[in-house]
Amino acid sequence: MTVSSRASGPFAAHAPPTADPADSAADSAADSAADSAAADPAGSAADPAERLIVVAARHPWRWVATAVVAVLTAMAVHALVTNPAWDWATVGQFLFAPSIVRAVGLTLRLTALGILAGFALGTLLALMRLSGSGLLRAVSWTYIWIFRSVPLILQLLFWYNLALLYRSISFGIPFGPGFFAAGTMDLVSPLTAAVLGLALHQAAYAAEVVRSGFLSVDAGQLEAAAALGIPRLHQFRRILLPQAMRTILPTAGNELIGLVKGTSVVYVMALSELFYQVQVIYTRNGRVIPLLLVAAIWYLALTTVMSVAQFYVERYFARGALRTVAPTPIQRLRASARSVEASLRRRRSAA
Amino acid sequence: MTAPAERGVTAPAGVGAVAAPPMVELRGVHKAFGPLEVLRGVDLTVRAGEVTVLLGPSGSGKSTLLRTINHLEKVDRGFVRVDGELIGYRRAGDRLHELSERHILRQRTHIGFVFQSFNLFGHLTVLDNVVEAPVSAQRRDRAETVAHALELLARVGVADKADEYPRRLSGGQQQRVAIARALALRPKLLLFDEPTSALDPELVGEVLDVMRDLAGSGTTMVVVTHEVGFAREVADTVVFLDQGRIIERGTPAQVLDHPREERTRAFLSKVLP
Repeated sequence: MTVSSRASGPFAAHAPPTADPADSAADSAADSAADSAAADPAGSAADPAERLIVVAARHPWRWVATAVVAVLTAMAVHALVTNPAWDWATVGQFLFAPSIVRAVGLTLRLTALGILAGFALGTLLALMRLSGSGLLRAVSWTYIWIFRSVPLILQLLFWYNLALLYRSISFGIPFGPGFFAAGTMDLVSPLTAAVLGLALHQAAYAAEVVRSGFLSVDAGQLEAAAALGIPRLHQFRRILLPQAMRTILPTAGNELIGLVKGTSVVYVMALSELFYQVQVIYTRNGRVIPLLLVAAIWYLALTTVMSVAQFYVERYFARGALRTVAPTPIQRLRASARSVEASLRRRRSAA
Repeated sequence: MTAPAERGVTAPAGVGAVAAPPMVELRGVHKAFGPLEVLRGVDLTVRAGEVTVLLGPSGSGKSTLLRTINHLEKVDRGFVRVDGELIGYRRAGDRLHELSERHILRQRTHIGFVFQSFNLFGHLTVLDNVVEAPVSAQRRDRAETVAHALELLARVGVADKADEYPRRLSGGQQQRVAIARALALRPKLLLFDEPTSALDPELVGEVLDVMRDLAGSGTTMVVVTHEVGFAREVADTVVFLDQGRIIERGTPAQVLDHPREERTRAFLSKVLP
């Protein structure tokens, strides 16, 4: 310690003299540069690269296209606002009417139950598709085949009319005695039938979405987990699923938004979800267009919230997958504000 | 049958371990992928504290051989024992019953494995990569494991990257993290499957340095590699495989400088500069 500090003494003492010649060399170089600049006051030939100004290419057709679209947009807005047939007053009157808000609640409940049960069953089906057992694979494949092939509205009516097929449902030992039986009518209410129909239909699609997610994860990840002796369930929950989510989420977002709107099919079962409710109201008061508009605005609002949520959920699961995570819209807004500000400042200082 | 050569090689490590079972013992190991016979009767013994390097042309079966040691590949015939324990099977009379997956996973926690392509978990930070297995597979205390993990990361020289995600690291750094991850389970044995083959040439050295350090501290290692220089310097035993059989084995000096077999000579002439 003391030796090294003593050793650094002389070095430190030496430093200024060794630095001096270099400094003076740099000084003299700067001097000569200044001299040549002084000799040529206009500086025209001194450094041509410094004096050149970059001019961006002009895009006249882009301006024409922008103008055309602007006019068309203005016309569309004008038509929406001025045509009395849209009847915006009625829209405003019904948009937050208690019966409509209640119907929106039911739509949300159907969506939540449908997507949760659908993806739970879908994950199970995806695991079955990837299983070593031929029977499990076949059953999964058949399920997906049937439930994707039959139209949702038809499936819903099947569940609604289940009582026509089976009068009672009993729980017990397979092929053996039953412990408990209930009338199908009591057990499967229209709401249950709707959730059942939506979830079972959704599961077929969810199974393929989840499977594509599993397939997208590099096989080396599970091999490494296996080599480390990580327990099977943990491999699935900690290693496979979080990485599969990156592939699953964009399509799952599609499915979710599809289901929000898909719940409108449930109107055939006379359940008072959003679409059914607006129909009830407009058959009573005859104001078809404004009430359809009310439903459209609600669907738009719901899917907007979900799209925004999807962005942030995707961003969460992108951690580690990208070298840099994409900025949020707010961050992007701030960044562009900063760059605009900077360019304004540059222009001002140039002027 | 091969005892004399090996005793000469491992004199320092083997002195007190005459009665102890070998760390790795393969007997008559056969393995085929469909019609392709990859391993055709391999016998191999690795003593505790020894470094064994497997050399051979591509397709010779050296990676498959390595993967049978922790049952990432099942053997068709023969058996593998690590520290006296049958790997992947339970013997009852003359039958070998394959163990349940849970059992095999537990056996693997004693055997560290380092992959050619690192296979770090991309969605977990470097620290979480190292901590994951000891906590989930060995049920060790998390705080204690984190402390141990940070120690290991410091040992392989990436302590400052603990909170980074693996993809932000260079290949050499990733492989060193992978080594720390394998060490976190406190394994009896470390297996390396071409650990430097996926690296840029200038990053190979930093990984070999870590491996050299491990070998010096008495870790039992089996290494598949093309780095003949590393084999010469670090290995106690060099094993040369071709077409699923061990052709030649001995000290680096014997196998690399005075190969007896024509095939070994032909391979080395292509690999050595």
